Amino acid sequence: MPTGPSVPVLQVLAPDGQRNDASAEPAEAAYLAALTPQRMVAMYRDMVIIRAFDREATALQRRGELGLWVSSLGQEGAQIGSAHALSPQDYAFPAYREHGVVAACGIDPANIFAMFRGVDHGGWDTEAHRCHTYTLVVGGHVLHAVGYAMGEALAGQPDGPHGGAVIVYLGDGAMAQGDVAESLVFAASYQAPVVFFVQNNGWAISTPTEAHVRVPLARRGEGYGIPGRRVDGNDALACFAATSAALDAARSGRGPGIVEAVTYRMAPHTTADDPSRYRPASQEQAWAARDPIIRLERHLRQIGALDDVAKAAIDAQGDAAAAHARAACLALGPPSVDGLFSRVYATEHAQVAADAALWSAHRPPVGARCRPPPKPPHNLSRCPPPQARPRRIGTKPTPPPRRLGLPPHLRSAWWGRCGRRWAMRCGPTRKCW
Amino acid sequence: MGALRAALGDAMRTDPKVLVMGEDVGRLGGVFRVTDHLLAEFGPQRVLDTPLAESGIVGTAIGLALRGFRPVVEIQFDGFVYPAFDQLVSQLAKIHSRSAGRLTVPVTVRIPYGGGIGAIEHHSESPEALFAHVAGLRVVTPATVADAYTMLRQAIACPDPVIFLEPKARYWDTAPFAAPTAPFATPVHQASAPSLAAPAEPGSPPPPEAGAAWTELNRARIVRPGGLVTVATYGPALAPSLAAAEAAAAQGRDVEVIDLRSLSPLDVETVAGSVERTGRLVIVHEAPVFGGIGGELAALVTQRCFYRLEAPPVRVGGWHMPYPPAKVERAFLPGPERIGQAIDQVLEY
Repeated sequence: MPTGPSVPVLQVLAPDGQRNDASAEPAEAAYLAALTPQRMVAMYRDMVIIRAFDREATALQRRGELGLWVSSLGQEGAQIGSAHALSPQDYAFPAYREHGVVAACGIDPANIFAMFRGVDHGGWDTEAHRCHTYTLVVGGHVLHAVGYAMGEALAGQPDGPHGGAVIVYLGDGAMAQGDVAESLVFAASYQAPVVFFVQNNGWAISTPTEAHVRVPLARRGEGYGIPGRRVDGNDALACFAATSAALDAARSGRGPGIVEAVTYRMAPHTTADDPSRYRPASQEQAWAARDPIIRLERHLRQIGALDDVAKAAIDAQGDAAAAHARAACLALGPPSVDGLFSRVYATEHAQVAADAALWSAHRPPVGARCRPPPKPPHNLSRCPPPQARPRRIGTKPTPPPRRLGLPPHLRSAWWGRCGRRWAMRCGPTRKCW
Repeated sequence: MGALRAALGDAMRTDPKVLVMGEDVGRLGGVFRVTDHLLAEFGPQRVLDTPLAESGIVGTAIGLALRGFRPVVEIQFDGFVYPAFDQLVSQLAKIHSRSAGRLTVPVTVRIPYGGGIGAIEHHSESPEALFAHVAGLRVVTPATVADAYTMLRQAIACPDPVIFLEPKARYWDTAPFAAPTAPFATPVHQASAPSLAAPAEPGSPPPPEAGAAWTELNRARIVRPGGLVTVATYGPALAPSLAAAEAAAAQGRDVEVIDLRSLSPLDVETVAGSVERTGRLVIVHEAPVFGGIGGELAALVTQRCFYRLEAPPVRVGGWHMPYPPAKVERAFLPGPERIGQAIDQVLEY
């Protein structure tokens, strides 16, 4: 948790599942009041499914089926809660850990595997799903989101067909990036309809938030003229309400907003990371008690919206999603290399065409093996295994003088004067003849 | 400068999705006044005076392009493009490829570049090789007034991101330009006009819509036909190259001068075709020679014309140093004298 001046935190569900809307502002309270049990169950189901998917993905990485995995474990409440606030005309720019957002946008999360399996740099139909691709340069996509939002404002009237808002996902680490600072300047300057959803998960790989954040991130926008709101990021209902209110303000022309969701990255930064080198296990255990899924489950049970039968059915959906993800991952074969050339430019480029021609001239024929076939097993009867050479004692014998190729009377037309095969050394000009 | 302004205005009139954005491009009309009067005609919705943040300008232009606009970005000076380098290299160049070809990002980035105007540090650089090295970007540079109009229209019409380098030493060139002119309809490499600027013929037909002919953006052009030595150059180095060719002509040496126009892709065919005839190649640019466009062109031409070359290709360019103070920049820039020496050098073989 950042040090410095404190800010009010929106929390609707306590860790024990008790609901209290008292900390909500009027705009947020309206969205909370309109929340039906069915909607909350839908959020719960999405969170369960994405956790099951994420666990499966980590297992696939451990089995070597994925080169890397970036786990979203523990951040399901922030991701699903905020994504449920999106309207069909809104547009999301995820960073690279937002598997819950991607799924909530209607994209089969197994699509994410393509980039982590080394098959693709990440692609789905961004326009159809209103969700941009992942961007791996931290903070690099935030400017794109602001530009997209500027375009939304330029393209249409607030109540017209293009009255959408843009939500961009970033983290506490990205808030240090210059591009994010410039994003805040541009968003404020043009009053772009964009919501900066900052998942403060406590750690930028090994750097704790408090090491580089002196004032809560919810207040980072004050100097830019952008209002901010801090929410309990493990409370899906609070994330939903605060994001809904911020998106509504953006859509209605009241400019950008920041939502800081205070959550915790329960997993390593990636599967290549080792958190035991920089954070105590007790911290993880403390945050496990605030788990977003357990919290919502307790609440749903309290209000009678979820029982063991319904929970079992949802868990089964999670298992099915994991099984589907596993099958989809294993079905992902290597991409066509020819296709790589055709996507560098939208139009023909002479250098790419030249390289593509070289590739097609040199690639192995279809069906050819990349490695030579294995050697047949050693035939002991025909060729005894080599024995260790006897250790030489004394001075090294002088080698016999090296002869340049064959003696003249044995040279045939295949040999050049230099004594080497002309076809190998001298080229077709036969200069050594 | 007038040609660029006319091209921007015509593109904005033709396509309502074309936006102009950059530092001081609106009320001031740009520090070089290239965007003068555009704000008055098109309003602040289409001529965006941006905050002073180059990465922000390019990054938001990418977002606008994703939303369906065609932003034309002005970077104020060559030396100020580097804060936007990540957005240009990691994002603008790669989004089309990253999205498996689903997304196009038709952003044109105008950058005044080159020296010779007595400017202070960071205002005279030639960063073209940095961008030409990046797959996904097109890099073009006009050297004449006529090309300035045509190529800017073509760059804006091109669906790929284009780095549009404007030789700022040519900004005050008042040669008449043809708007619209023949290159929109006919291949540029065939229209080898001997003079720098071909004035529009009265009553010339209007051009086809921009977008139909943008492929001509890739073509080099033989500016001055000759048979003894090929001088390949571009941008601000074209004028001194032509001067050197004239001086050589006075000595009875017939030098061919090629304006490359496009640096990514490089039109090797045109240059190799010329070297097939001359057997000698001199490459001239203002940027330092090491790791520059000249080395790439020399390698490509050598590969194609090895048996025809009479001399090794010679590169003439800036020295390997940061751009020097203005009082001594003439010692850095390749002038007609150094180019003439290079012509002598390749003729000695």
